[in-house]
This record gives sequence, structure tokens and C-alpha cells, in this order.
Amino acid sequence: MQEPRSDPLVALRPEQATIPPAHPWNRLPALGAGCALLGALGCAILGAANPKQFFFSWLVSFLFFLSLALGALFFVLIQYASQGGWGIVLRRIGETIFATLPVMAALFLPLLLGLRDLYSWSIPGAAEHDALLHWKEPFLNVPFFLIRAAIYFGCWSVIALFYYRLSRGQDATGDPAVSARLRRLAGPAIIVLALTQTFASFDWIMSLTPHWYSTMFGVYFFAGSFVGFIALLSVVAAATRRAGLLDTVVSAEHLHDLGKFLFAFTAFWAYIAFSQFFLVWYANLPEETIWFKARLEGSWKAVSILLMAGHFGAPFLFLMGRAVKRRESTLVLGGVWLLAMHFVDLYWQVMPTLHADGVRPSALDVAAFLAVGGCFVAAASWLMRRQALVPLRDPRLAESLAFENA
Amino acid sequence: MALLVNQLPTGPHYGILAEFATPADLYHACERVRDAGFTRWDAHTPFPVHGLEGAMGLRRSPLPWIVLVMGLGGAALGFLLQWWVHTVAYPLVISGKPYNAWPAFIPITFEVAILFASLGAVFGMFGLNRLPMHHHPLFQSRVFERVTDDAFFISIESWDPRFDSAATPKLLESLGARNVELLGSGVRS
Repeated sequence: MQEPRSDPLVALRPEQATIPPAHPWNRLPALGAGCALLGALGCAILGAANPKQFFFSWLVSFLFFLSLALGALFFVLIQYASQGGWGIVLRRIGETIFATLPVMAALFLPLLLGLRDLYSWSIPGAAEHDALLHWKEPFLNVPFFLIRAAIYFGCWSVIALFYYRLSRGQDATGDPAVSARLRRLAGPAIIVLALTQTFASFDWIMSLTPHWYSTMFGVYFFAGSFVGFIALLSVVAAATRRAGLLDTVVSAEHLHDLGKFLFAFTAFWAYIAFSQFFLVWYANLPEETIWFKARLEGSWKAVSILLMAGHFGAPFLFLMGRAVKRRESTLVLGGVWLLAMHFVDLYWQVMPTLHADGVRPSALDVAAFLAVGGCFVAAASWLMRRQALVPLRDPRLAESLAFENA
Repeated sequence: MALLVNQLPTGPHYGILAEFATPADLYHACERVRDAGFTRWDAHTPFPVHGLEGAMGLRRSPLPWIVLVMGLGGAALGFLLQWWVHTVAYPLVISGKPYNAWPAFIPITFEVAILFASLGAVFGMFGLNRLPMHHHPLFQSRVFERVTDDAFFISIESWDPRFDSAATPKLLESLGARNVELLGSGVRS
């Protein structure tokens, strides 16, 4: 019985959802590029003295921003596949974030210089006197590793740019057939994404400990990436309102649904993380326990406990209430906190390989974060300026604008 | 079972039932009944009318708190049960784990928490809705049978402090009601 927020035929005027010429957000690409330059400079100076630390630091930051982009791709694909109406006003933000995937491919390249520093299986002769590595060699060898990486980035870039282009084109034509086509392709694309993302996590994180077995690791990486992206989307959606960009578009109802997603996938992450640990702990087989043993010793144990309490316990209780999800300030607090925890999670997955004796924060961690993050922010914010921040002529935009939680 | 069955207050009348033609009429009538300060009343529709809870001035349900308390209670119960069995009542070494092998207790803790939370949700909802109730005075009205079909109703109970058997029907009629009925208490004498 509410008054309709707008005439469904003219759902949204472009000026309600585009970054105006003099808006401070126009400076974000330059700001990102500045951070990237600063970070790259830091990496060059500090990394020359300690290349091994540089490669590990770069890997953590690369995985962090890559996982956000992959989470965005999954979010948009699942919105199409499920024909979700509520999230259409948030879709374009997701699209500009996953359209950075080709940039992530370029940011992967520095790691190729450090394969032997990162992955002990890639050292020539590593498999010779090691039965397990010998057994895994048909998969874990450098040429196949490179071919797989090319396949992952190829699939991601094709899906990402295809969805971004067509959705952007619909802003001009308003052709409803575009939505139908992207919906039909979303199912197969999700299957491709699930397989490539799973194997990418095997290749880039699991194979740091090449003797380790875990069949659950792909889902674990996915769970973390989706929590990370929803946290980022919550922060960006609230920021667009604060910046006076989407204040007439994104309502407390949309924030509420983002909060529900954040809450649900925090629980999902914990469910998967615990299940992976639980089976390994109970069976107590050496080729499975090595990974957790390294993370339950010394100061890494404190990080493990921090993840239990900070990636699950605290946000689970915090995000339970209704008002917390609907208020900008509290949702942003939850989002920023979970982004930080997602970074800690990846740090905890990667770094014990380098620093088995305990947590050793490094200036290179900061430099690599600035370099990769600067590129990510510059690319995403540059893409946001290219068109409206909302798919203006999606046939179901009016439904999304008028969305209300029951 | 008699203890579990809810009873309405007794009195000569149950209250007033008024029919409205459209959801919009009902919506605006609800706003006026709310503003008139009535507290013991309800609206009845064949389908959910968005925003009606606001027009009726309903407060948010306390059900989430019941579910939270039941869920936490269930988790505590599930964990303590296992802890007590495995460390106090019947300590056994199972696959080389310590007696207090808390990770092994988590799945059952989780399940009991879910079980209690969902029982809290279902029976809390029953309790807050005063169910089960075998019969309701509203069912005396023939017109009310259309509540699941195409009719919209407001009922005001006679034990509402603002209820007046002469003035309240007039108020509802002034809001566009048709078929205003005074219903008996439903108790056969």
C-alpha cells in the first residue's frame, strides 16, 4: 500500500545513478594508481633484498583481491540464474568489480618469477626422492601449472567481459532479450566458475604444502571469497549513499538483504572451515594433519583462534539483529571487519609455508597490498565512471527499486 | 490437554466484525482504528497486504528473542550433555582423543541448537498466536467465511478498553465498512 517510488516506465533517470563530473569519486582511479605506484616502489626496494618474502606477500594480496573479483562474478551470475529482483540496483557495482579480472591476470605474472620460492614442488628434481610428489607429478608440474593458470584467467576474463559488455550495452538499447540471454548462460557459467575457482585454489594455495590432501579446500576458498565480496559490496553500497551517488536508489531494504547475505555466508564459511578441520582432526592421518599442525603451533595458533572468534563468532552474533543490517554505519562496520578477517584468513593459509616458526609481519605485506589493491581500486573505479552505477534499463529495475523486505 | 487450550475472556459479546470491500479501504480503516487507540483488535485478509502491520501499528514480534534464547539454550544443553557423558559419567578413550574432545561435540551441539531454535519458533508462534484454540467466536459469522476468498475484515474485541457497543460500530461504518455485526461470545448457554 506504499506510494510507488517511481513510475515503472521511467524507473530511474541517468543522473540519479552516474558519478557527476566534479564528484570526488572521479579522483579514485588516480588515487588507486598512486597507491599502486607507491606499493610497487616499496616492493622493488624491499623485495630486492628479500625476494622470497616479496613473492609470499604478493601472493596473499593477489589472492585477496582476486577472490573479491571472483566473489563478484559469482554474485552476479547467481542473481541472473535465480532471477533475483532485489539485487539489480547493486549488480553494476558487482560488474565493475569483476571486470577487473583481466587486470588480476596481469598481477599474477610477477608470481611466475618466484615459482621456485613459493612452490617447493616446482624445484627441478623435487619429485625424484619423494614418493608423494612423484605420484602427484602428472598434475603438479610447471608446464601444466602454467597452462591451467592460462585456462583459469581465460575463462574468467571471457565470462566477466561478456557479462559486463552486454549489461552495459543494455543501458543504451533497453533490450529485454539481453537479460534473457545472460540468464540462460548463467547456469553453465557458474559451473565453469566453480571448477576453475576450485582448481585455482588447489594450484595457488594448497600446493604451497604439496604433500597435503583436502578435498574441501575449493569450497573453503569459495566461501571466503563470497564473504569477502559481500562485505566489500556492503561497504561500497553504503559509501555510494554517503557520497550522494545512489542515495535515491539503494535503500535500507537493499542493505538489509546484503546484511542477510553477509550473515548467512559468515555461517557458511564457518561450517566449511570447521568441516575441513573436523574430518582431518578425527581421522588423524599424517598427509592431512600436516597443514593444520603448522597452523596450531606457536603464534599461528593465536591466528587460528582469532579466525574462529573474528571470522565467525563475533560477526555471527553482531549481524544477527535486524537493525544492525539496515543501518549504514553498523553494516559498514561488519563489512570492514569481515574484509580484514578475510585477509587474515588468506594470510593464515599462505604464510606458515614461509614462516613456520610463527607470524612475522613484513613491510612487504603492506607494499604488496598497496600495489595490488591500488591497481584493483583504480581499475574498478575507472570502470564505474564509464557508465551509470546501476543497470538503467534492465527490465526489472523498477521491481528492484521498489523492493521491500516482508 | 485442557491446560494447553487457550480460552478467550468471557462476556456477553465477543466483539464487532466489519467487512471492507477492498484492501485499500481496509488499510485506511486500520490506520483510523489504530489512531483511535484500540488495542484488542485484528485485521483479516485472504492474502498478505504489504504494509498492513504499519497501518495497524503492530510492534515487532518478540519471536526472534524466543528463538535466540532457545537456540543458545539448546547449544548449551547439547554441549554439556556430551561433556558430562564423556568426561564424568562414562569416560572412554575413543580413537585416541582426550575425554574432553570438544571438536567432536560441535556437530551435535549445532544440531541441538537448531532443533531447539526451530521448536522455539514453531511453539513460540503458537503461544503468541494463542493457539491451539478449538473454536473462535468469529466463526459464528456467515460473512466471515469469505475471509479466505475475497473479503477484508476488521474485528474489535469487546474487552478492549475503548470498546463501546454503540459507538464502535458507528466508527467502523463511517470508515466505509459494510456488514457490521455484533458477535456473541460463542458460549452456548
